[in-house]
This record gives sequence, C-alpha cells and structure tokens, in this order.
Amino acid sequence: MPETLVALYIFVLSCFIGYWVIWGVTPSLHTPLIALTNAISGIVIVGALLVTGLEGVGTTAEIIGFFAVLLASINVFGGFLVTNRMLAMFNKKKK
Amino acid sequence: MMEISVNVQAIAYLVSAILFILALKGLTHPASARRGNYLAMAGMAIAIAATLMGSEVRSYGFILAGVAVGGVIGTVIALRIQMTAMPQLVAALHSFVGMAAVLVALGTFLNKQADGLLNGVLMGELSAGIIIGAITFSGSVIAFGKLQGMISGRPVKFKGQHLLNALLAIATIGFAVHFALTESTLSLAIMTLLAFILGFTLIIPIGGADMPVIVSMLNSYSGWAAAATGFTLQNNLLIIVGALVGFSGAILSLIMCRAMNRSIFNVVFGGFGTAAVEGDGVADAAQKGVKSAAIEDAIYWMEDANKVIIIPGYGMAVAQAQHSMKELMEQLEARGVEVKFAIHPVAGRMPGHMNVLLAEADIPYENVIEMDEINPEFATADVVLVVGANDVVNPAAKDDPTSPIYGMPVLDAGKAHHVFVIKRSMRPGYSGVENRLYYQDNTSLIFGDAKDVSEGMVNQLKGAAH
Repeated sequence: MPETLVALYIFVLSCFIGYWVIWGVTPSLHTPLIALTNAISGIVIVGALLVTGLEGVGTTAEIIGFFAVLLASINVFGGFLVTNRMLAMFNKKKK
Repeated sequence: MMEISVNVQAIAYLVSAILFILALKGLTHPASARRGNYLAMAGMAIAIAATLMGSEVRSYGFILAGVAVGGVIGTVIALRIQMTAMPQLVAALHSFVGMAAVLVALGTFLNKQADGLLNGVLMGELSAGIIIGAITFSGSVIAFGKLQGMISGRPVKFKGQHLLNALLAIATIGFAVHFALTESTLSLAIMTLLAFILGFTLIIPIGGADMPVIVSMLNSYSGWAAAATGFTLQNNLLIIVGALVGFSGAILSLIMCRAMNRSIFNVVFGGFGTAAVEGDGVADAAQKGVKSAAIEDAIYWMEDANKVIIIPGYGMAVAQAQHSMKELMEQLEARGVEVKFAIHPVAGRMPGHMNVLLAEADIPYENVIEMDEINPEFATADVVLVVGANDVVNPAAKDDPTSPIYGMPVLDAGKAHHVFVIKRSMRPGYSGVENRLYYQDNTSLIFGDAKDVSEGMVNQLKGAAH
C-alpha cells in the first residue's frame, strides 16, 4: 500500500476516535476543551522542527521554520497553561 | 544529543497519540480533566523530544531560539489573560496554528525543492496545508478583532458576497492545481494570497451572536491544517492529532448550531439578523408596557424564595459580574434559598464561556446546570434572575412560528413565578429580535449594568442581615 494511502487510513480512523471521544466531553468543559485542542494542535511544532532542523537547510527555509517554531510554541505553552488555569478553577474544593 | 532510530521515534509518536486521546477523554468530567491536561502535556513533551532526537533534525540554534521566545510569550499570555478574554485568546491561538501550518508548508516546499524531491502529490498536500492554514489564520484574526471589539461585531453584509467567496475559492483551487502540475512559484504565491483573502471574506460577514459557532469552526480548521501538514510530511502523529482536533471543533460547531436551530451553512454563508431595531431605553420600554423594577423589589422576592435560578449571558461577561453573582449566591444560600445557574449552550461568545466565568468566581459546578436538565425546574422556581442574557430566554422561539429564532431551544425562564431581568437598555439581542419575555406579567426589568445591579443586591442583603 502506498504511504499516502496508509496516511489516509490513519486519518479516517482517527476521525472516528475523535468523534466518539469528543461527544463524551461534558458541556461545562467546552471552553477548556477548545483551549486544550489549541494546545495540542501546537503539534505542528513537530513539522516546524523538521523544517528548521534539516541538515543543510537553506537560510530562507530556516527563517521560515524559526517563525513556525515560535508560533507553535506560543500555542503549546499558552494553550496548556491556560487550560490548566481554567481546570484548576473547576477543581477548587467547596468551602 | 542521543540519537534514536526511526522505529523508536514511531513508537514514541504512538505513545504520544495515545496520551492525547486519553487527555481528551479526561474532559468527560471536571474531576478527571486536570489529569487529562497533564497527559496531553506529557504527550507533547514526548513528541517534541522524539522529533529532536531523530536523525532528521541536525541543527538546533534556530529551534532553541524559537521555542524560547514562543514559550515565554505563551507563558506570559496564559498567566495574565483575564477569563472574560478567553474567546479572544482562543481566536489568537487558532491564528498562530494556521500561520504555523502555512510556514511549515512553505519551508517544506523550499527544502524539498532544494533536494529535488518535489512531486505532484506532495505539492497537492502542501497546497491543502497552505490553503487551510491561511484561511484559519486570517479568519481567526477577524474573529479576534470582532471579539476584542476592534471590528464591529455586527454582521457585515454586502452585495455579491457569496459570489465573491465562490470565485475566490475556485481561483484558489485553480492556482493550487496549476502549482501542483507545474511547480510554479508564482502560482504558489497567488494561491497563498487568495487563501488569506478568502479567510477574511468568509468570517467578516458573521455577527457577534454567531461567535460560538465561528470559534468552534476555526478550532476545527486549525486541526485540519495540522492534519494536512501531517500528510505533507508523512507524519502520522500530526495526522492523528489533526483529525482529533478537527473533529473536536466540528462537533462543537454542530452542538452550537443545534442550540441555535441553525444549519452550519446558514451560519457560514448567511449573515443573519440586522439588529436594525433600536429602542430608546426606558422611556421607549414603558410605552410598550414593560414593568421596570428597583433592586429592592427583586430582593423582596428573592430573600424569602425557596429556589432562585440565575441565567447568565454575555452581558455578565462584559460587566465582569461573575464575582458579585457568587456573593449574591452566598447571601441567598445563607437565608436558606436554593440557588442554581442555568446555562444555555450558546450563552456568551464561545462554547462553555459562562461555565468558566462562574468557575472563576468559585461557584461550584454542581450549582451550574445545563439547559436540558434545568428546564423542567423553572416552573417550580420562585424567582428567575436574567443577567445579560437575551435571545436564549425568548419564549417566541417556542411559540411564535413567525419569529426568526423560532425553533431554537431556549431556557423556560418565563415559567417561574417572578422574572427579573437585569438589562442596560431595551436594545434587542444580537439576533435583533424583540424579546417577548419582557412583556410578560410576571416579568420586571431592572435597568443598569449587571455588575452595579448585582452589587447593589448584595449590599442590600448584607445590610438587611445586620
């Protein structure tokens, strides 16, 4: 099977996982859900690392890659921390 | 740095993908949600470490600089942002993912071109990544501007807007095909530019009340952008995570659309409600037979009530009244009154917006009830207090087939014995629809800022206690 088809298999099956997992999320946590998916879509940082760190990468690609790493890092750090802040508020013990 | 083989890297990516799935699963309940977030953090750390340790990454200078700068910016924003500004922050983060996807695709193009590894399929995938990423970016920038109040939150409609969007989309795809077939850098550039413009023209017509759908939709796009990047780089982790995020946003969009009884196409291509009707505040209201009440009247009924249900809306967020809501709740509970908060799915500017603000104010989530669960309780409530919500309590949605919002599920606020509505003016909600609740016999309006009025209530209750 060609690699693009394998990728398609993985993509479609992941869509099903996403479908079932997300319907289970409680509506009161929809904002944290969006913030968390913000953080994990920062996974494009992996692509950014591959572009920037390539052996013999050209200067233009390296600079483009640098900005991609920067933006994705904002998502990763900002997304996880703000999700954590929100969830901490939901978890406070009742006085 | 220690180097790992391709196989070890693939296993690490698999572990990371599993952690992300478990993380999302954790959000099924507030009690397990925080652990879920930590699992996702672990998944991200593993993914980044496995990438850096793989054989493909050879130079680290720019990477370290990018992570350091981005990390500091992200951390500072996350720690400082006010909870009422969450919708804006989310929109901004979506735009970053979109732009990052565009940059990754462009960088990949340059790298592959230098190595002579370009082919039609790859260039098609690159184009998909760039188009989705660019639409996500410019659409999110517009959403940010609207949420931040930098751009008018009203639906901006102009003639031929659908035709323009359709032409832009066709042209974008046309240039993408030309690029994939000919490797033309000019086509690539034009395609990228058109995709940015398309994101702009798609989102600019959409009004403030539709923001929960738009925020969810852009959330979805940011996932698809990541997935497209995964196809380009043949990276399965990106494909899996992109699909998860893409579906998450898509399902949220669907939930929001159902809660407004609108089709997703209607929101995306519509532009709905002109909000042309603007009243002149109290004087105008009196002519139409609206009762206005003072804070004392509401207190009189609330302090002896058995059950009070509070319905927060966007007005509460704008006025930052969530903390005085908490005090009001405490004062009433001290008098033996049962206090609950009723949440409509589209209250506020993003899904779950009200829940976060109430949680911020330390209101236990057990007291915060979703629409379907609380609706049967309104008939037994002595007092309903509507704080800055409008369309979501309009009975016309249930019984007036001529109303533009007919069919939208609403909170049955009007069934309570007494309804008090805190409102700044008689202006209709964002849908531009008159609210029949205000003219009911059991309804009284308290004119004023949500925070001022609720603080006034708290002070009265405190004063009465001494």
